[in-house]
Amino acid sequence: MDFIDYYKILGIDKTATSKDIKNAYRKMARKFHPDLNPNDKDAKKNFQQINEANEVLSDPEKRKKYDQYGKDWQHAEEYEKQKQYQQQSSGSRGTRYSGTQSGGDFSDFFESMFGGSGFGNSGRQVKYRGEDYTSEIHLNLTDAYKTHQQTINVNGQKIRITIPAGIENGQTIKISGHGGPGINGGPNGDLYITFAIANHSIFKRLGNNLYATVELDLYTAVLGGEILLNTLDGQVKLKVKPETQNGSKVKLKGKGFPVYKNAGQSGDLLVTWDIKIPTNLTDKQKELFTELSKS
Amino acid sequence: MQTEYLIAVDKFCACHNIEISFISSLQQNGLIEITTIEESNFIDAEQLQQLERIVRFYYELDINLEGIETITHLLQRLNIVQEENKALRNRLRLYEK
Repeated sequence: MDFIDYYKILGIDKTATSKDIKNAYRKMARKFHPDLNPNDKDAKKNFQQINEANEVLSDPEKRKKYDQYGKDWQHAEEYEKQKQYQQQSSGSRGTRYSGTQSGGDFSDFFESMFGGSGFGNSGRQVKYRGEDYTSEIHLNLTDAYKTHQQTINVNGQKIRITIPAGIENGQTIKISGHGGPGINGGPNGDLYITFAIANHSIFKRLGNNLYATVELDLYTAVLGGEILLNTLDGQVKLKVKPETQNGSKVKLKGKGFPVYKNAGQSGDLLVTWDIKIPTNLTDKQKELFTELSKS
Repeated sequence: MQTEYLIAVDKFCACHNIEISFISSLQQNGLIEITTIEESNFIDAEQLQQLERIVRFYYELDINLEGIETITHLLQRLNIVQEENKALRNRLRLYEK
């Protein structure tokens, strides 16, 4: 557990007045408040540090203790014992910025030195929504193809969720009320889950359509025929037109990806033909190709 | 038929320790919509998150209504850009080996 320099975090020196602290805090909070920096994890972390620094420095008691013990904070317990004999002060009048995403996350250093979450010193007894939690689930393309259930662990709490088929890479879903507990009787926060879907070795996805490049031998491409094609839903028989050109495409309607929350609807599968020229030709084959070239 | 969840404005204000006039000024500035039923004002639950965010901007970050309007507009644009970025990244995956 490392010592945290709260003065440095707020960009002030040790002689800063309470007004200086308030101003510095407000300035930093406006810069890093999670409401102003959506989806920015660094901003959230910075904001928590700023909140913590303010919690300590805007409270004369805590600031005194912090200044007195500073780097020797591990001996602060003895100080606490002495303090029990003294009358406790009424606490800070400084405000603590909150927010759906700010919660009461304090560093181990803070918890060790001051204990608790420090929320008791808030000037206004306002009901706050609990912290919004965020989580990421990694899926394969084949997982995202079918509706399935998964149990996830968020802040020690096991939550069973149903992931509808067709979920997209980067898509975020909200699970109401599964965030942090509300403060002063406020409602719980929400849980936001973002999905990261790994690339598939054969199929590429764009929206509800799937794309695949399939190798085709020259003879089938020239003369036409039938091949067995792999899809995410099993194998399908596909007719190949005679004189199929390299790079040409064929669309398999409804063989793409399921449409999110639209049961029974699917995108298309677009196959691009990659025609392979035969190699290691025998003399006979070379002869036949020569004959063909003259015809 | 879709169920609509409404929150009484006076209850919201009591809960957040704010003036009712503040909610009225948000409505006048077009930042939120208020539904009136039998002379009582309500906020659609869908707007709750947006409203709580505005309350934090105003009361905690000391940002005035003009600033909140600007921030709200910019956040909406940021959201559009982030969605566009996500769509483009997914498109780019088509060409990744």
